[in-house]
Amino acid sequence: MHQAISMQEAVEMIPDGARVMLSGFMGVGTPDGIVRALAEAGKRDLTMIVNDAARPHTGVGPLVSAGCVKKFIGSHIGVNPVVQEKMQAGELEVELVPQGTFVERIRAAGMGLGGILTPTGLGTLIAEGKQTVEVEGKTYLLEPPLRADFALIAARSCDYVGNLAYMLSATNFNPIMALAGDVVIAEPEEIVPVGVIPPDAVKTPGVLVDHVIKRAA
Amino acid sequence: MRDFQTMDPKEIIARRVSLEIRPKSLVNLGIGIPTLVSDHLDESLGVFFQAENGVVGMGHRPPEGMTDRHLTDAGGTFVSAVPGASIIDSAFSFGLIRGGHLDLTVLGGLQVDAKGHLANWMIPGKFVPGMGGAMDLVTGAKKVIVAMIHTAKGASKIVPECTLPVTSQRCVDLIVTELAVMQPRADGLHLLETGPGVSVEQVVAATDAELVIGDAVPEMDLSRTG
Repeated sequence: MHQAISMQEAVEMIPDGARVMLSGFMGVGTPDGIVRALAEAGKRDLTMIVNDAARPHTGVGPLVSAGCVKKFIGSHIGVNPVVQEKMQAGELEVELVPQGTFVERIRAAGMGLGGILTPTGLGTLIAEGKQTVEVEGKTYLLEPPLRADFALIAARSCDYVGNLAYMLSATNFNPIMALAGDVVIAEPEEIVPVGVIPPDAVKTPGVLVDHVIKRAA
Repeated sequence: MRDFQTMDPKEIIARRVSLEIRPKSLVNLGIGIPTLVSDHLDESLGVFFQAENGVVGMGHRPPEGMTDRHLTDAGGTFVSAVPGASIIDSAFSFGLIRGGHLDLTVLGGLQVDAKGHLANWMIPGKFVPGMGGAMDLVTGAKKVIVAMIHTAKGASKIVPECTLPVTSQRCVDLIVTELAVMQPRADGLHLLETGPGVSVEQVVAATDAELVIGDAVPEMDLSRTG
């Protein structure tokens, strides 16, 4: 059985300069509590691996606005003007990755693969300096795995052994990222007894989850 | 009978694109004008809309007070799910897109060139929204339609060759604007239809790319249904 940790303990675990994977799509399916807590703790020089920059107050936004982020790796930053400003000012490094490549690189890391071959990005700026590989007459870009020191996961529910279930489109990157962080921290909306989540409904087995954040009292 | 000549340009585009959608197909609509396309589609067609964030069978925004913060489209807007909808994770979602399972994607654009190359993810030095799912969509969808206003600040968005970074080396299948329907083919960019009340000369004047123009170019027939 997992002993849930406090938000404070979770925050202290993550040092300045860490590579952090954060789930969510435009802030949906993002563990907002730990994002806020990390921003309030004034973390510095984080590399955030997250699909999109969301908006200034959603998703990874609060961390960027608070100056906690050194580098952003993701696919879309178009609706967060703070990210655009910081990038133009040279305060934030941005690495853009096509979304399908982004998630497959994370999956590759989590599943022990040495990278992926994708047609996406061929003939574009994304392909510059990258190796191409020909397989059965088709050309692909070789993209390396993408892993992180920490993966921060938002779940709908978590049971006492750490099994996670997600809800609707808040699922998005969560089950993939939970495989690709050295330390996996889940922030569930509810913690329930074992058995409440039927085995078939478990999308992330508890064996992958290192820490579960307690619900606010 | 609606007067299509006074119709909002974005609605003209959305309605024309909706005629391209086949029954029971899997379709991904991009942000902006493409999103409007589903309003022109009869639900009895059984079309399933996919959103990159993992919804297969997205429905309209539910009434106020019935939205769910766990169910949004790729723009983060609240949606509903149609009967038979399913939820998949992001890797699976892009497997659908890249793996050739998506019948059609409709995307906005900054530029499209005479060969059909699309540029829609960055304006160097000015604004860098990022590609999101666009590179995968253009590369992997069976059919790609660009739906956009013909010009930006008076300048043609249909250009001889893209000056902005392209989204994919794959050429799009159809370009629909409020002024024209165009198709890139081996021998050039064909003008297939003009917008309601728009003359061929008007299209040519508003287009930087050279157009291949047949003897009789019909006007978009927006009265029919797909």
